[in-house]
Amino acid sequence: MIKTQNVIFSYSAQQNFHFPDMECADGQTLLITGNSGTGKTTLLHLLGGLLQPESGEIFINNQSIQALTASKQDAFRGQSIGMILQKSFFIESLSVLDNVVLASWIAKKSKAKEKALSILDNLGLKDHVHKLPSQLSIGQQQRVNIARALINNPSVILADEPTSSLDDENALIVARLLSDLAKEYQSSLIIVTHDQRLKTLFNHQITLV
Amino acid sequence: MIGKIAWKNTWFKPLNTLLSIILLTASVSIISILILLQKQFEEKFSSSMDNIDLVLGAKGSPLQLILSSVYQIDAPPGNISYTEAETWMNKPMVESAVPLAYGDNYLGYKIVGTNDNYTKHFGLKIQQGTLFAKDFEVIIGANIAANIDLKIGDTFFGTHGDVEEGEVHDHHAYKVVGILAPSGKVADQLILTNIASVWHMHNHEHEVHSEEVHDYSDHSHAESEEHHHEEINQHEGKEITAVLLKLRNNMAKMTWPRIIPQNTEMQAASPALEVNRLFALFGVGITALKYLAFGIMFISGISIFVALYNTLKERKYEFALLRITGASKFQLLWLVLLESVFLCVAGFILGIIFGRIGLYFLSVSSQEEFKMAFNPFEFLWREEGMLFVATLTVGIVAAIIPAIKAYSLNISKTLSNA
Repeated sequence: MIKTQNVIFSYSAQQNFHFPDMECADGQTLLITGNSGTGKTTLLHLLGGLLQPESGEIFINNQSIQALTASKQDAFRGQSIGMILQKSFFIESLSVLDNVVLASWIAKKSKAKEKALSILDNLGLKDHVHKLPSQLSIGQQQRVNIARALINNPSVILADEPTSSLDDENALIVARLLSDLAKEYQSSLIIVTHDQRLKTLFNHQITLV
Repeated sequence: MIGKIAWKNTWFKPLNTLLSIILLTASVSIISILILLQKQFEEKFSSSMDNIDLVLGAKGSPLQLILSSVYQIDAPPGNISYTEAETWMNKPMVESAVPLAYGDNYLGYKIVGTNDNYTKHFGLKIQQGTLFAKDFEVIIGANIAANIDLKIGDTFFGTHGDVEEGEVHDHHAYKVVGILAPSGKVADQLILTNIASVWHMHNHEHEVHSEEVHDYSDHSHAESEEHHHEEINQHEGKEITAVLLKLRNNMAKMTWPRIIPQNTEMQAASPALEVNRLFALFGVGITALKYLAFGIMFISGISIFVALYNTLKERKYEFALLRITGASKFQLLWLVLLESVFLCVAGFILGIIFGRIGLYFLSVSSQEEFKMAFNPFEFLWREEGMLFVATLTVGIVAAIIPAIKAYSLNISKTLSNA
């Protein structure tokens, strides 16, 4: 569950954002759309604790993340938030499996290898687990990202333009996959996008202006 | 797991890694060879020098006299009269005197004529057999016994001079009667006999030549040996190479080096003084080489720095990724430092190994040329431990700026600009 109240953020005196309050329950999907420059990515970074708001509060499972110290925020992010980014980033020197396992180790100090294998299998990547990320296609890389976001059973999944680099067919497949997984894992899914194709899929939407 | 990432990253860019490791290996191996060489060299020199206050020998370079008489690594400056030397050997201030007469070698190992004072003076023990008692009986150093397979009862012919390829004295054979226990001193590489044997060998030579003129007459050996014995007793006109002296009196140590050359045809040189001069000379070379090696280490530090710094740009997404999966800033700092430390540890271990291999080959060639062997398997914990610390320091210093950059990375900005 994630909830915001009066979140304000400014890069400079001219460029400031006042974000509408929002709420997303466990298993639900919230689509945040808006044109470029409306602060979509900024909002996502605020929700993920990568940026600190000027004022207002963000609650994840009723925990205000602004109340945490920097190092506690790091730990909290690892355990409660799964992020899927527009571009796929990996530790290039580690295999696909190790990249996913790494996320569980950083967050929980235990290597969830079995779980990583089952999630990757679930996402159709069974044959690719021992490859290097660079050997996978863009679509496959995106699914590895999803697997990594899910490995710690996060309360919140934050997805930044997860479908913008995919074709129509794959965009819909990934969007449905994400929302199905959010239901399955009882996570709140927030998708930030300008991708018009997704608007028809989700009811719960906020448009930033 | 951070360790695993660091390890994998280290080998993900093998060329960068290899360059840094090769440079580190080169510097560490040079330094470790120098450390070992210097220490073992000084040890060998000092251990052979103990108990010798002065060396009596022909006038000339005092360093040459010391090198030839104490360490057996140079030609002697000349010979001295035994009678003249004896007057100084018998003075009351002399605690012990060891006369040395050089002449021949066997397969490059020097045959030294002396008396039983030599073994007493250097505290040498006989492992097998007995001390030489009669003429042409020899005891051999432990290394000779090991290297050229001479046993008690074996006989051999000496070669004139101090090079293997000289003229062979084939009229008198030396007989091995004893083998010395290993001492780590030059005696390990020597063949010891009595002085009379050395004199005989060379006097006989002249006679053989005259015999040849007489077309091989049936000259009796016994007679000629008898004849020589008389001469030995007189010591008249006989020459030796040097005398090692241990003195009772400190005054004599100071004054003899001045008095002796003034009053005789001899000089008295102090091994301690000459060897210190030699070390000082070596020291300059060794110090220069050490600076060179530390220079290489400095360059390897720069190479590590450049490698880490250059990859920072492409790796910042990797760092951002680690942060969004919950890694702390400190873990990123640690990751970068660890990568550098891995390089340094690898370079150090390889350097120590290659240093040992290098010293082994050095030892083989110095054994052939100077009869001086070094032990490549000795480990100097203090010096090499300090070298390890120095190597690690280079690695940490080289990584500190990249590590701080990773630590202070702005994730949000990095991801927004992706």
